Amino acid sequence: MSANFEKITPDDLLANFREVKPGLTNQEAMEESNRCLFCYDAPCTIACPTGIDIPSFIKKIASGNLKGSATTIMTANPVGASCARVCPTEELCEGACVLNESTKSIMIGDLQRHATDWAIKNEQVLFKAGKKNGKTVAIVGGGPGGLSAARELALLGYKVTIFEAEEHAGGLDSYGIVSFRLPQAVSFWEVEQVESLDVEIRTNTTVGKDIQPSELLENFDRVVVAIGMSSVPALGIEGENLDGVFDAIEFVKDTKTKPITDDFVGKRVAVIGAGNTAIDGATCSVRLGAENVKILYRRTIEEMTAYDYEYEFAKQDGVEFRWLTQPTKIISDESGKITGLECIKMELGEPGEDGRRRPVPVEGSTFTLAVDVIVKAIGQSRYTKLIEGFSLNHNGGVVTVNEETYQTSNPNVFSCGDVIFGKGQGEAMVVSAAEQGKQVAYALHRQMFGVAETA
Amino acid sequence: MADLSINIAGIKSPNPFWLASGPPTNTGYQVQRAFEAGWGGAVWKTLGEPVINTSSRFAAVGYNGQRVMGFNNIELITDRSLEENLKEIYETKKKYPNHAIIASLMVEPQQEKWHEIVKRVEEVGVDGYELNFGCPHGMAERGMGSASGQVPELVEKQTYWTKEVATKPVIVKLTPNITDITLTAEAATRGGADAVSMINTINSLAGVDIDTWNTIPHVGNKGAHGGYCGPAVKPIALNMVGECARNERIGIPISGIGGVSNWQDAVEFMLMGSTSVQVCTAAMHHGFRIVEDMIDGLNNYLDDKGIASVMDIVGKTVPKYTNWGDLDLNYQIVAQIDNDICINCNKCHIACEDTAHQCIDMLKDDFGKDILKVREEDCVGCNLCAIVCPVDGAIEMVEVESEFPPMTWNERQATTSSSVNLVK
Ligand SMILES: Cc1cc2nc3c(=O)[nH]c(=O)nc-3n(C[C@H](O)[C@H](O)[C@H](O)COP(=O)(O)OP(=O)(O)OC[C@H]3O[C@@H](n4cnc5c(N)ncnc54)[C@H](O)[C@@H]3O)c2cc1C
Ligand SMILES: Cc1cc2nc3c(=O)[nH]c(=O)nc-3n(C[C@H](O)[C@H](O)[C@H](O)COP(=O)(O)O)c2cc1C
Ligand code: SF4
Repeated sequence: MSANFEKITPDDLLANFREVKPGLTNQEAMEESNRCLFCYDAPCTIACPTGIDIPSFIKKIASGNLKGSATTIMTANPVGASCARVCPTEELCEGACVLNESTKSIMIGDLQRHATDWAIKNEQVLFKAGKKNGKTVAIVGGGPGGLSAARELALLGYKVTIFEAEEHAGGLDSYGIVSFRLPQAVSFWEVEQVESLDVEIRTNTTVGKDIQPSELLENFDRVVVAIGMSSVPALGIEGENLDGVFDAIEFVKDTKTKPITDDFVGKRVAVIGAGNTAIDGATCSVRLGAENVKILYRRTIEEMTAYDYEYEFAKQDGVEFRWLTQPTKIISDESGKITGLECIKMELGEPGEDGRRRPVPVEGSTFTLAVDVIVKAIGQSRYTKLIEGFSLNHNGGVVTVNEETYQTSNPNVFSCGDVIFGKGQGEAMVVSAAEQGKQVAYALHRQMFGVAETA
Repeated sequence: MADLSINIAGIKSPNPFWLASGPPTNTGYQVQRAFEAGWGGAVWKTLGEPVINTSSRFAAVGYNGQRVMGFNNIELITDRSLEENLKEIYETKKKYPNHAIIASLMVEPQQEKWHEIVKRVEEVGVDGYELNFGCPHGMAERGMGSASGQVPELVEKQTYWTKEVATKPVIVKLTPNITDITLTAEAATRGGADAVSMINTINSLAGVDIDTWNTIPHVGNKGAHGGYCGPAVKPIALNMVGECARNERIGIPISGIGGVSNWQDAVEFMLMGSTSVQVCTAAMHHGFRIVEDMIDGLNNYLDDKGIASVMDIVGKTVPKYTNWGDLDLNYQIVAQIDNDICINCNKCHIACEDTAHQCIDMLKDDFGKDILKVREEDCVGCNLCAIVCPVDGAIEMVEVESEFPPMTWNERQATTSSSVNLVK
């Protein structure tokens, strides 16, 4: 990235969105895979939410059986190629590697990427659909959760139809996670793997609009709701509707679906919030040529929900962090152009309901930051209306499920992924959505046929 | 999915991967676990007059931080009673009728002893026998194992005695501790063996502790030579398999053993003439689960090549394995260095300069950048530079057209009377 804004060309911007991290070379993969101890009852496998047999896939890289390696990965994790890039591996598999105690952890994520990249490059089709059992399942939402459920159900012999609002399936892997960490092609390959199992994906089909929940409930034996979460909620401050205020998820999506714009070159951007979405919004802004990018968070670094590696990544991109800062008003000139963001300093008070110390404003500490663009990243709202369209019990838009069976209040409707995340249930990660999708398939199958079987 | 099942001298198994006779096949519990993991067959830990084994038995040799390049042991044959072993073989065979169980046998070189043990083992329903003429330590001091395996007449006789009573195929396991293994393999053939297997372990001493001056391993401050196996012995085993496979006087199937650690090693042994492959050290290093990748990798390999049955690769390299005198002396390769890939460690230069033919020059290109260049006219094509090069693809050995037609040493000898010498 260049600091000289005049000279930035569209090609420079485009280059900024290419995957940052190069894949391992064959030789690196060989050396690294041979470093793996091939532990028995390995802690890395236990730490992986989808339980990938990590020593086995690594051993297969070392033996030159890359197809077998990719199959081992994708068997346990239908979105294993995306996960190789976006999982917080330090907190999962790599964090559990026994070599942390003696030398340094195996680069599990990179090796996983090496094997799946090989499969992508060599256009491998890794699975075959199971013998049809005559039952049909409708899956609403083709993100990691929906795809994973679809894959396992197809292996078990179900005729699966995915209803997907967007032009492509893949969910946030296709549209929400920045290209320079996860190129769309990777997610699309995973979608193709699922489609190759005779899974029908009806894209550009929004349930609740193009087709009604009642129709799905009537026409399919079972329904899986895996719709994820919705847009970023309103900040609730003055100036919110001005041009130049963006929803972080839409903002990222544009960089994955539209030609890269030069509208942000030289601009000053304030990103509000400090989760992974905020980080992605901020690093995207930097890559779009913004002159200065700040992340404003009303609490401190301690409470920040972004992963450490994400935080480090943003700092390396030159993103500034302003802790204990709450925006109060967006300021514009007569023409409606944003000129500044009024903020107030906060301090941490008593713990709130969630146990985290509640930020409270410091009286008289109001100040104004000069900014041109505001990116909101304060979480995601819920598809409450659609959930109610299915008449499912929910808690503020979080679908209530049986923790073991992922069954909702309607026994024929199951749910997984971000739509059941929050309020004490699970974690919003691609890998947990994938695992839940698998579990939904097994539970649905048990319920349907009364057998405990995995694909 | 390719057909991985094999048939070696009438012994069938669902895949070519067998556990070699040794600690992994000590008990029914272990062999059953192995079959569960996917092994196609198991050669039971050698049966015979039970022995007393020493404590401190194994030692391994690592190489530059990698463990178990080679493995050394002074373990003898089974230390459990024949009754116990036979009972477990019977139970295991009953549970796994489609897997191959081969009883490894070792007794004193007397006809009655061989007759007696074969008859007793025959009753429990094994699929075949493997005569252990290979263990180089301990048992050899008692006239068995490699002591009898080094004498072709004894190999022939004992094989013959076994064949007199055995109704199941007999495999003769050969010792590598001999100058020319084809002599004992031929002897086994003459004795009526249905197949040969090789190699057993190679005489070895794993090391010496330079502080205590003890051998490694030692048993109460004394050591004795052991048998060497593991990845380090693979090239030795592969040659012995190849020599036997191309010897027409042998002509019986081979079970290859020695350093097999993954499916690629297995494929090499099969191409070189093995129908089944046996594994001991790799299983001891990592557990039975290694067979999963062996099966998966072999299957993917065959599928990729469009080969329907693994039996179709057996011996495919044998016709290419020949005598030195039949190699084309006019075939010429030279090293070429790709300076875009080269990382300038200069290891090829110093290797060639000091120990080969002084033909890699350290130069500068037009931009003053360091480059390495082979003077092809001086290169003999020895491969040393490519061997020491640490990066993939930087040095390639490429064939150069010869001005002379192919000519082997043997052909040249036949024409020495003529005045033209076609060899450079
Ligand atoms: C910016 C950002 C960065 C992230 N980074 C990471 C990361 O680095 N690592 C990580 O593990 N996780 C990350 N996450 C979280 C991760 O993306 C989610 O946890 C995961 O995608 C959840 O999968 P899902 O299938 O439940 O939902 P989604 O991926 O949201 O998929 C839901 C799908 O349902 C479709 N849908 C919604 N409503 C309808 C409807 N009415 N009809 C039909 N289809 C509908 C949507 O179009 C979408 O395709 C990130 C999230 C965001 C927003
Ligand atoms: C500890 C140990 C014990 C062994 N015991 C026997 C034995 O009882 N009978 C036998 O025929 N070979 C025995 N062997 C030799 C193996 O069967 C095999 O021939 C040899 O180890 C080479 O194979 P590898 O490189 O896969 O280990 C033993 C090997 C080891 C390491
Ligand atoms: S492996 Fe270790 S614990 Fe097991 S018998 Fe040998 S020395 Fe004892």
